[in-house]
Amino acid sequence: MASLITCPHCGVRPKEEFAIRGDASRGRPEPMDSDEAWHDYVYVRTNPRGRTLEHWHHIAGCRRFLVVERDTATHEVYSVVDAAEFARRPAR
Amino acid sequence: MRYSAFSLVRNALSGNLNWKPQWRQPQPKPHYDVIIIGGGGHGLSTAYYLAKEFGVKNVAVLEKGYLGSGNVGRNTTIVRSNYMLPGNEPFYEFSMKLWEGLEQDLNYNVMLSQRGVIMLYHSDAQRDAYVRRGNAMWMEGVAAELIEREQLKKMIPFLNYDHARYPILGGLLQRRAGTARHDAVAWGYARGADRHGVDIIEHCEVTGIRRENGVVTGVETTKGFIGCGKLALAAAGNSSRVGEMADLKLPLESHVLQAFVTEGLKPCIDHVIVYGGGHFYISQSDKGGLVFGAEIDGYSSYAQRGNLATAEHVMEEGVTMIPGLSRVRVLRAWGGVMDMSMDGSPIIDRTSIDNLYLNCGWCYGGFKATPASGYCFAHLIAKNDTHPVARALRLDRFARGYAVDEAGAGPQPNLH
Repeated sequence: MASLITCPHCGVRPKEEFAIRGDASRGRPEPMDSDEAWHDYVYVRTNPRGRTLEHWHHIAGCRRFLVVERDTATHEVYSVVDAAEFARRPAR
Repeated sequence: MRYSAFSLVRNALSGNLNWKPQWRQPQPKPHYDVIIIGGGGHGLSTAYYLAKEFGVKNVAVLEKGYLGSGNVGRNTTIVRSNYMLPGNEPFYEFSMKLWEGLEQDLNYNVMLSQRGVIMLYHSDAQRDAYVRRGNAMWMEGVAAELIEREQLKKMIPFLNYDHARYPILGGLLQRRAGTARHDAVAWGYARGADRHGVDIIEHCEVTGIRRENGVVTGVETTKGFIGCGKLALAAAGNSSRVGEMADLKLPLESHVLQAFVTEGLKPCIDHVIVYGGGHFYISQSDKGGLVFGAEIDGYSSYAQRGNLATAEHVMEEGVTMIPGLSRVRVLRAWGGVMDMSMDGSPIIDRTSIDNLYLNCGWCYGGFKATPASGYCFAHLIAKNDTHPVARALRLDRFARGYAVDEAGAGPQPNLH
């Protein structure tokens, strides 16, 4: 259930402790990138039915940004990692 | 069959055995001038106005389930036009005016009940915001009234006026707003469209969109290929998935919104009451059940169910506003999947493909918009030109910097 998230720092917590920022699958464009690149980054979403990567901010806990991989149809959570660790992973 | 007092009496006296089905069950033709994907309120009203107002008769509506199985059959039935922004208010007021004539127009009882929608405020700042909203409504010619606390106490005595954190100081009332029976709206539009020759094809899921030389030529469905001149998408909740079939990338996330119905009570709530301390809204159905809901669950979801933590939160908000609610039993809960757009406002527009049209992003305000959405979308499809009241709702508004952001929340769908 997506109502419970296992924070890598704090353990199992209810989703009420988190602010959810949405799509974490794409990187931020460079400041001078094209208007289209910025438009896509800010406004356009793939919005999949199935596995998705999202930023969840543990705002009432450790205050770390997390990357949660979960299924938007079944609400199953596959993995939760700290956003800094996620960013250090090799590019996919 | 046209309904009238005479037809009611005649059918009653003949044992109710001679009622006819309200719409046909046709097999799909090989080709239509316009195919509409999605047999919800907006798809059906689009088909109805296309046929009736714009003379496009060779139309099909494709619905993957049965009529009324999506969001039109699972919402809190509120109709209102108390919006603030100039891009929204004329559109929803156009819808309100269509609601007021809808039963005569459709020859169908949609049980429109203009019982008044009142939005409560709990602080001086919130009162100022509602005064501003009321003034914005008056500027578009829509009546709004500010109700002070003492007057409100006489109107709605059962609210918790002395709550420690959210005392109720008054409210903004739109008297013409109210509720309509959601199922009847779908059935009424379906029957109206059918009478004008529209083919409504249920249990027909679109699995692909066929394109040749850059234009759409038809759709692959579970009932085979169906060709079309123009293709219109009205697949709320699943717009991203349908759009993907034509390589459209949309500014949408799908979120789930829950709503609840209690056991039937004697008439006790006369209005639609909206709680400004949170985002709770409640009305009483004609059957007696209290119908209420609050905010979305917060994370994107395609599951037509929500989580219990949000259900608990909704109950807390309700009991904060009306303490007596704690004694009422909830009979049913349901979750609908909605397109949440990036600014909280809908999208009615052409797409980058010439004969492909888009109607999406209704967030959780789609029901009240059903008539205007259908009318404006039909106008766009028939004339290739945006209806004047829908000009601010075009797809490119994000790129141009003209977002219609009623909540001022920015491009975060879960905050609208």
